[in-house]
Amino acid sequence: MTSLLDLDLLWVTGKGGVGKTSTAAAIAEVAARSGRSTLVCEMDAKGALASALGVDELDFTPVEVASNLHAMSMSTEDALREYLRLFVRIPFIGRIGPLAKTFDFVADAAPGVKEILSVGKLCFEVREQNYDLIVVDAESTGHIVSQIGAPKVIADLVQVGLVREQTQWMLDILNDADRTGVAVVTTPEEMPVTESSELLRRLTLETGVHPAVVIANRVLPVLFDRREQAVVDQLDAALPTLINAVGPGAGAVLEAARFTDARRRTGAQHLGRLRSELDAADPPLNIPIITVPELFARNGGRRVVSLIADGLADELDIEIPSDR
Amino acid sequence: MSEVDNLLASREMVLVAGSGGVGKTTIAAAMGIAAAQRQKGKILVLTVDPAKRLATALGLDEVGNTPVRIEPAMFTEAGVAVRGELWVAMLDTKAGWDELIRRHAPDAQVRDAVLANPLYQNITSRFVHSHDYLAMEQLHDLHATGDFDLVIVDTPPSRNALSILDAPSRMIEFFGSRLLRWLTVPYRSRLFTVASKPFYQVADRVLGSRFLQDIADFFVLFQAMEKGFVKRARAVEALLADARTAFVVVTTLETAPSHEAKFLAQALLNRGMTLGAMVVNRVLPARLAGNDAIASANALLEARPELADAVAEQLDDASPVTVAAVLAQLAERFDDVALVASRETERRAELATFATTMLDVPWLTGDIHDIAGLGKLAEYLRVDSVNG
Repeated sequence: MTSLLDLDLLWVTGKGGVGKTSTAAAIAEVAARSGRSTLVCEMDAKGALASALGVDELDFTPVEVASNLHAMSMSTEDALREYLRLFVRIPFIGRIGPLAKTFDFVADAAPGVKEILSVGKLCFEVREQNYDLIVVDAESTGHIVSQIGAPKVIADLVQVGLVREQTQWMLDILNDADRTGVAVVTTPEEMPVTESSELLRRLTLETGVHPAVVIANRVLPVLFDRREQAVVDQLDAALPTLINAVGPGAGAVLEAARFTDARRRTGAQHLGRLRSELDAADPPLNIPIITVPELFARNGGRRVVSLIADGLADELDIEIPSDR
Repeated sequence: MSEVDNLLASREMVLVAGSGGVGKTTIAAAMGIAAAQRQKGKILVLTVDPAKRLATALGLDEVGNTPVRIEPAMFTEAGVAVRGELWVAMLDTKAGWDELIRRHAPDAQVRDAVLANPLYQNITSRFVHSHDYLAMEQLHDLHATGDFDLVIVDTPPSRNALSILDAPSRMIEFFGSRLLRWLTVPYRSRLFTVASKPFYQVADRVLGSRFLQDIADFFVLFQAMEKGFVKRARAVEALLADARTAFVVVTTLETAPSHEAKFLAQALLNRGMTLGAMVVNRVLPARLAGNDAIASANALLEARPELADAVAEQLDDASPVTVAAVLAQLAERFDDVALVASRETERRAELATFATTMLDVPWLTGDIHDIAGLGKLAEYLRVDSVNG
């Protein structure tokens, strides 16, 4: 993970619901706490990052939400405005409203135009060295390829023009494994693991961007060691004694632990499968799978982000052993 | 009959919606099985998820745009008795678009030109909303053929579930937009149109004239198909609000999915569409958070030292020290489960204000990846829970 924080640009993706935004915020927090000037950027303007960071709302202009930690929310229109100002030197900024609206339509239909504006903005921040690390709360696993692959698509599609020239320096940043990486967040469940595995195996081929790490979120703790497990397994024999001593809910207490443990084991199997699929990829994907424990706190927000950040900081560079 | 059987028997189309990762695909497949168990006739489950999950769940290697029937033998093997036929199809966005172009193109020349246009090829595979629209389009198509008695649609994972509902009107809007009119005025004369001049100057410098020309060419072709597209989009829109159509919103009781579910339920209500049921997936068994259990967990923590000896005596080869550790762990860890369960109970109560039918599916410890598992899920959907 030391090397993870040494990247310039880190895209955080994951299947919907796995905790992508909280994890992106937590990585940014770890980076900021380690003394790196960090920018975290939400791409879909849904406001999830703002609530993860415990601020009211985020805007295209970054704000410092904690020491060393800056946050912004991407806006295609603002990115276009800035782009035109910086590169095309269009003076009539005030009148760009309707133009941007029209552009939005083109962008919606023309592949990659919208994406390249937002990806371009982030690459620009990298190029200008405004931060040590930029963490992006990016699109979900289903759409991330379209997002970070946009410069490649444009380079393939557009033969001449300013955009074409612009894509080359972006690709130089994006395709450099020492500068840009993708963190895939997953939960130890079948579907998120399957999608993560599929994404990781095609990511570099389709976008030129390299995967950096898998973050397994909400990993359940091991409750019992081997000797204790032997006791748990035969505890039903003593259940009457337990009920007699602590009341009729003793069975449910035992069931809750078994239930949690069964979920943990299933989850560990999925993560083990992910590891072997990544190892079996061609070329093998030797990226680490690091784990963040289940926090048993389902309300998101600043506290959860800090707890995830603690977990991440602990788990740095530790690979999850496959469960067997 | 249970609520879910009523729903599946009274509608011709059921759209399964909800945020990503809540188990929509699995629930849609289980509903297909539930319908096939109780109804004669042909039931189709249409999945639009690019991850090809339904195929795996149903033991099919490859499912495409053309519906495939699940072999009756597979149900027999899985011990699931069915009366109807269950068919599965998966939306192939690219093939779906090609099909649309073939249908709406006024002549072979336009058709071939569109299909060969490099932009078209990119747009159809990358246009983020194209999944949404195509799902609706194909639903309409399948319904119109009358081949199926019931079509269950697993809607695409969207950033915003609403985009499915809005997909047809967005398509209509697109054809009516000034942008399309601008783009489709012949390129040369357009440069002299005062209104579009600033736009083209900028667009020209930013995108390059060649790319712009490609875009323009594409939209000129596309506009030739306006009539067919708009008519179709209107029909799809009407179908969504039709009395024969119902939505099923799937959610878990986690923060983000339940928020999305509430939002979606409200949007359906506002649009006069029918919310047939809300499926709450991965619910913790209620008894795990009951008062009895909480009391016992607390008592266990207190009584543990004395209990350990008594319990150890009844077990094989167990030291009182290990037993004491186990009992402590049981009592302490119970709080985690109880905390989650009580939060979930609260959220479920909030969701219940939106739907008259709530279907709870417990958190199953094993993953569902075969017909037997889906059959079990169908049974859970049949357990009517008391609302409120």
